[in-house]
Amino acid sequence: MSDHESTYVPKTGIEKWLDTRLPIIRFGADYMSLPTPRNLNYWWTFGGILALCLVIQIATGVILAMHYVPNTEMAFASVERIMRDVNGGDLIRYTHANGASMFFIAVYLHMLRGLYYGSYKAPREMIWIVGCLIFFLMIATAFLGYVLPWGQMSYWGAEVITNLIGAIPVVGEPVLIWLRGGPAIDNATLNRFFSLHYLLPFVIAGCVVLHLWALHAAGQNNPVGILIPKDRQAKDTVPFHPYFTVKDGFAIILFLMLFALFVFFMPNALGHADNYIPANPLVTPAHIVPEWYMLPFYAILRAIPDKFGGVMAMFGAIGVLFVLPWLDTSKVRSMRYRPTMRTFFILFVIVGLILGWCGAQLPDAPVIGTFKTFTLIDGDLNSYLWLTRFATAYYFAFFLIIMPLVGLRETPRTIPATISEPVLSGGDAEMKG
Amino acid sequence: MAESVVTENGEGGDATRRDFIHIAAGAAAVGAGAMLAWPLINSMNPAADTLALASIEFDMTKVQEGQQIVIKWQGKPVFVRYRTARELQEAVSTPLSALKDPEADADRVKEGHSQYLVVLGNCTHLGCIPTFGTGDFGGWFCPCHGSHYDTSGRIRKGPAPANLVVPEYAYLSDTRIKIG
Repeated sequence: MSDHESTYVPKTGIEKWLDTRLPIIRFGADYMSLPTPRNLNYWWTFGGILALCLVIQIATGVILAMHYVPNTEMAFASVERIMRDVNGGDLIRYTHANGASMFFIAVYLHMLRGLYYGSYKAPREMIWIVGCLIFFLMIATAFLGYVLPWGQMSYWGAEVITNLIGAIPVVGEPVLIWLRGGPAIDNATLNRFFSLHYLLPFVIAGCVVLHLWALHAAGQNNPVGILIPKDRQAKDTVPFHPYFTVKDGFAIILFLMLFALFVFFMPNALGHADNYIPANPLVTPAHIVPEWYMLPFYAILRAIPDKFGGVMAMFGAIGVLFVLPWLDTSKVRSMRYRPTMRTFFILFVIVGLILGWCGAQLPDAPVIGTFKTFTLIDGDLNSYLWLTRFATAYYFAFFLIIMPLVGLRETPRTIPATISEPVLSGGDAEMKG
Repeated sequence: MAESVVTENGEGGDATRRDFIHIAAGAAAVGAGAMLAWPLINSMNPAADTLALASIEFDMTKVQEGQQIVIKWQGKPVFVRYRTARELQEAVSTPLSALKDPEADADRVKEGHSQYLVVLGNCTHLGCIPTFGTGDFGGWFCPCHGSHYDTSGRIRKGPAPANLVVPEYAYLSDTRIKIG
C-alpha cells in the first residue's frame, strides 16, 4: 500500500496546469484509489465516523463561540441565551454537547477494534501512538469544554481535576497557581480554558493528518491480521472508492441516527442536572461525577488511597496504552487466532464497563444489597471501593502481565496465508471472531 | 573556493570547528526561544489585580458558639468556627500518634483564642468543600472522595494527605482578624 502508484491522469487543461504546480487533485485521487484489504468489517468504519465527529464539533463549536461570553459573570447566562434566544441555538449546543459523547463512543470502539485485531503491532506502532495522543487530547479538550458553561459541575470538575496537578511533589503548587492564573478557579481560569478549548481541536486535526500519514505508510490492518503479500495485492485488495466510501457512508448514516436520537429526544440524558445551577465556589454538589466517558479513569483515581498515587494510576492507565506495541509479545496480530487472549480481551471490556459504572457510585456504598460483610484494610469488602480496586488491578494486569505472558505461552490457531483463504475454505473459526 | 579552504585546514580540525558552530548556534537558538517563551508563560501567572485581593478582615463576634461561618478569601472558602467546649476537648485530647498528619491543636489556633478555628474550606485531597458534622470524628466530611476531618480540621481517614490548611492570619484586636 505504501508503494501504491498514482493512476491519476489529468484530463482538462486546468487539471494539467494545477498538477505541475499544486498536485492536490492527484493527492485526493490517489487517496480514493488506495488499495484496501477487501475483508474489512464494520469495526473498521469508526475511523471515518471519528473524522466526521471532529468536523461536527469544530463546526458547531465555532458557531457557539460567536455567542458565548468567557467571563464568570456572564458565561452561564450566555449559554442560557444560546439555549433560549439565539436562532437554533439550543440545537447547536445540544449537538455540540452530545457530539462530545458520540465522539467518545466512536473512539472507544475504534480503540477496542485496534486492540482486538492487533492494529498496534509492527509495522503500525506509530499509527497507534499518534492515536493515543489524539485520545489524550480529546480528553483534555472535553474537560476544558465542560468548564465553559460555568455551572456547578463545570466549576467543581475544574477544581478537582486541576487539583490533580497540585498532587505532584514540590512543583505541584506553583504549577497549579500558574495553570489557574490565581489562587482559585476564577475568571482567569475560565478565559484560558476557553482559549485552549478553541485551540486543541485544531491540534487534534493536525494529529489526525499524522495518523493518516502513518496509516498510509504502514498500510491498513485487516481482520485476519496478516500483511498482504505483494503478489496478492491485486486479488486481496479493492480500491478505497467506491467500496469503502460506501461502507463507511452506510455506517455513518447508522451512527448519525444514534446521534439524532440523543440530540432530538434526550439531549440531557448524558449530562448532569447540577450543571444547570450557576457555579458557586462556596458550595460543593453532594455528588461530583465526571462525564460518562471519563468515569473509568475517575474510578481508578479513587481506587488508590494515596493522593499522588491515585493521580499516577489515572495517568498511568492512559500512559500504558502508548507502550502497548512493546508489551504484546505475540507474533499473531488478530485475536481471531488467539483464543486464550480473546477470553482475556472480553474480560477486559467487561472490566472497563465495571470501572465506568463504579466511577459513578459513592465509594463507600455497598455493591450488592445493603449489608456489610467485613472490613478489608480501609473499607467494607462489599463496597464500590473494593470492586473498583479489583477492576483496576485487572486493567493494569491485562497490559503489564497478561499481554506479555500469554503472547509467549499460548498456542495460536493456524493463520491463513491470504485473506481470501478463510473465506474460500468455509471460514468456520473466523465467523465466530 | 570552499573546498580549498577545507583542505587547507585539514578535515578533522574543520569538522570540529564546524561542530562547534552548529552546537553554539543551536544553543543560542534554544536560549533565544526560551527567552521569547518566558513572557508568554509568565503572563499566565496571577495578574496584579488578582494578587491585590490578598487579604480581608473579619469580625469574630459574628460567630456564635457551636457555629461556623464561611467567608470567601481569594476565591476560596474559609471556615471560621467557634468550637464548643466538647469539640475543643476532643481536639486537644487526641494523641498525636492517632493522626495521619500529626499537628497539635494548639499549633492550629492563636494563643488565647483556642475556641476559634480558622481553616481553608477546601479538602486537601482534590479541593471539594467538606461539610461539618457528618464525619466519623466529629468534624468535617468531604462528600467527594470520603475524607474525614476531626474538630481541629485534621485528616483522620480517607484519601486526603494533609490537615485542612490554616491560612496566615492575625488578631488585629480581641475580636477582629486579618486573613492573608
